[in-house]
Amino acid sequence: MACASCALQVETVLRHTPGVVQASVNPALNDAVVLYNSAVTSEAAVRAAIRQAGYRVAGDDGSSGDAPASAPERVSDEEREYRTLMRKWWFGAAVGIFTMIFSYPWLLPVLRDWLPRGSEQLRYLWMGMGVLSFAVLAYSGSQFFTGMWASLRSRQANMHTLIAFGTGVAWIYSTIAVLFPQIFPEEGMTEVYYDVTVVVTALVVLGLAMEIRAKGRTSEAIKKLIGLQAKTARVLREGRELDMPVEEVLVGDVVVVRPGEKIPVDGVVLSGSSAVDESMITGESLPVEKREGDEVIGATINKTGAFQFRAAKVGSDTALANIIRMVQDAQATKVPIQRVVDVVSSYFTPAVMILAIVGFVIWYLFGPAPALTYALVVAVTTLIIACPCALGMATPMSLTTGIGLGAQHGILIRGGEALQKAKELNTIVLDKTGTITHGKPALTDVLVTGSFAGDEVLMLAAAVEESSEHPLAQAIVEGAEARGLRLSEAAEFQAIPGHGVEGRVGGRTVLLGNVKLMRDRGIDVAGLETPARGLADDGKTPMYVAVDGRAAGIIAVADTIKPDSTEAIVRLKKMGIQVVMITGDNERTAKALARAVGVDRVLAEVLPQDKAHEVQRLQLEGRVVGMVGDGINDAPALAQSDVGFAIGTGTDVAIEASDITLIKGSLRGVVTAIQISRATMRNVYQNLVGAFIYNTIGIPIALGLLYPIVGILLSPILAAAAMSFSSVTVIGNANRLKRFRPSVSAA
Amino acid sequence: MTPDKILVLLGGAGAIAFIVWFFWLVRKEGVRAALTSSGYQEAMILVKGGYTPDVIRAEAGKPLRLKFRREETAGCSDTVLFPDFGKSAQLPSGEVVSVELMPQARGEYGFQCQMGMLRGKLIVE
Repeated sequence: MACASCALQVETVLRHTPGVVQASVNPALNDAVVLYNSAVTSEAAVRAAIRQAGYRVAGDDGSSGDAPASAPERVSDEEREYRTLMRKWWFGAAVGIFTMIFSYPWLLPVLRDWLPRGSEQLRYLWMGMGVLSFAVLAYSGSQFFTGMWASLRSRQANMHTLIAFGTGVAWIYSTIAVLFPQIFPEEGMTEVYYDVTVVVTALVVLGLAMEIRAKGRTSEAIKKLIGLQAKTARVLREGRELDMPVEEVLVGDVVVVRPGEKIPVDGVVLSGSSAVDESMITGESLPVEKREGDEVIGATINKTGAFQFRAAKVGSDTALANIIRMVQDAQATKVPIQRVVDVVSSYFTPAVMILAIVGFVIWYLFGPAPALTYALVVAVTTLIIACPCALGMATPMSLTTGIGLGAQHGILIRGGEALQKAKELNTIVLDKTGTITHGKPALTDVLVTGSFAGDEVLMLAAAVEESSEHPLAQAIVEGAEARGLRLSEAAEFQAIPGHGVEGRVGGRTVLLGNVKLMRDRGIDVAGLETPARGLADDGKTPMYVAVDGRAAGIIAVADTIKPDSTEAIVRLKKMGIQVVMITGDNERTAKALARAVGVDRVLAEVLPQDKAHEVQRLQLEGRVVGMVGDGINDAPALAQSDVGFAIGTGTDVAIEASDITLIKGSLRGVVTAIQISRATMRNVYQNLVGAFIYNTIGIPIALGLLYPIVGILLSPILAAAAMSFSSVTVIGNANRLKRFRPSVSAA
Repeated sequence: MTPDKILVLLGGAGAIAFIVWFFWLVRKEGVRAALTSSGYQEAMILVKGGYTPDVIRAEAGKPLRLKFRREETAGCSDTVLFPDFGKSAQLPSGEVVSVELMPQARGEYGFQCQMGMLRGKLIVE
């Protein structure tokens, strides 16, 4: 949009669109704010109206203007750039073959006779080559010259500057040599370097094209995340089911999801039930059961049943949009070592230019004849072989791949610093409740006395508890259901606060509660008190059951260990990391659990507010400490630790509190996160060392350091190939990271 | 030493001196972000072979909105990074993309393309 009159034109068109209440267009920002009646028109219709007025609407490919969603457009940008570069390469390559042959016609038997060295016809041919190679510089090499101009204006230098200078100098020298051969004292100097100009340009352009392809693969993870977004949603409005683009779903809408469909936005299930595949967000491969009141995450796939849910988060507020934004931002961060690299690269390019001049002068003063030729070749080769790009790309490429890799496994890494620290961890502190264990009680033991059967007691207790709202009650009910017991209806249910519950099931009186309740009712539980104490010592909560006035048994519930905790702890220890458990439980209970999962150090009886202090004490022992907790209660400890791992579940992503967020609530994520960090940092170092070695070896060779020793002088064309190859190698190495497979993962 | 060699020597020394002066010794003034009625400091930055202007001056403690407009398709400049702020933005060519920052502490903060080839500086005063 060019001017205010265009803005006015679009506004007029919009105001005349049925259903539009108000429209204002800002030409400077290229945006339009349109207020419309959604009963009459839709966003799509508004977009269509703008298009009809002859303007393009950003994000017309189904995306909105938000940062995460604008990526599909970027893909086509990339594709367009790739095609342009390839055209430039083919043009350069075609001219390149021609110039290669006719720059040295005396090397070919047939041409030797037609175009002898120093002949008039060869000079005319070279003039033609000069024109053609200028065309290559102007077309294929245009970005180097515009880039050089732009960077020089802001007094900076980059790869463009080097390539433009290198090819430009070669072209100017050749042109002077062709037009005014008489100014050169020796005949040998009147050779031309149009082949250098053309082939170097072509090779570097080809390198850029390959970079774009490789870079596209680096950010594949983000593209995959963006591709997860649902395109349409089926929404209930005024009693009718309407299919609409997902952008038009509003908070509070009731969304209908059928089997096999993608859940469009985040929300809470209103009715129906199903199993949902959440692997794309959490990395959990098993489908998750969803019932009324459960949260569903946008972009996950509904498997079995149909259900309706109320949209809670839409657009850029959804969990997926947050994840995408976080992954994108994480890529913008720096690994601490990058700061050193930055300082180096800010001096690098001008330093290379200085070296090229130094090389030129030395070869001119002390080099063999023809001195000018050698001096020129050395200077041009030096300019071209230096690859500031490889240095600059070394970390960002690996970071992008590594962080994207994490996202695919349900691990959100905050940035480069977190990656570097996670690699150095030698101690992991695990919060017991909710981290090693489920954080919610489950049925563990059923003990019986006399003639009672285990299932009988459990069934009676569960039937009574079904009417209770106590969390322990739910554990008993779920435990009974898990054993396949059918629960009959309980009558005369009564909760006795602080003691227990009672009720009648199938004509039998059932009493469930603590020892005080039993004594109050005159029930003899003497035989059960010892096992009850044993259960309590193990950190479990025992409850007495009495049926028809007689003691029937004990039901115990406890927070249970997550099935994969033990495996993850074994893995961590194998990786050379000491595992410490922190808990508010008493020493004995904590030690019992620690033994069960294989934790070697226990910090027991720690009050919640002292957790951060304990982490600090470990740090004072010289350890690099990672803290794993739930992100809410453990926030201070997470902040104190070197790397805070927040274990979240579903949409409840506590991104802010932590360095690394595990979307799935499994400890295996900690193992995978550390493995990814180690792999990524290793990749970063490989790239940096590679780029550094390439430049420290390549530049001296280009300067001709090998010439006095073994008589080798690098050709500028080989230098161009090497430099293109080096930056592609860096990206290729970063892409290698994608082959990483975590050693523990359900996926 | 022949006259041409002396000329080359002097020319080389002169060129090196120029490079040192041109790239390293000159301090750039930069452009001050203008304060708008909404309370934001705003500056437009053209992305074409580099960032123009590439030095932005802003006041600490006031929100800053940098509007990037990319007028090229060269792959390098498609993302702008603010490593000190942990922010990044995709810059589709031909569109204005705003990056909002809250500069708290004084100092110099760099911004750059993904590969660090294009660089700019944010000076907070």
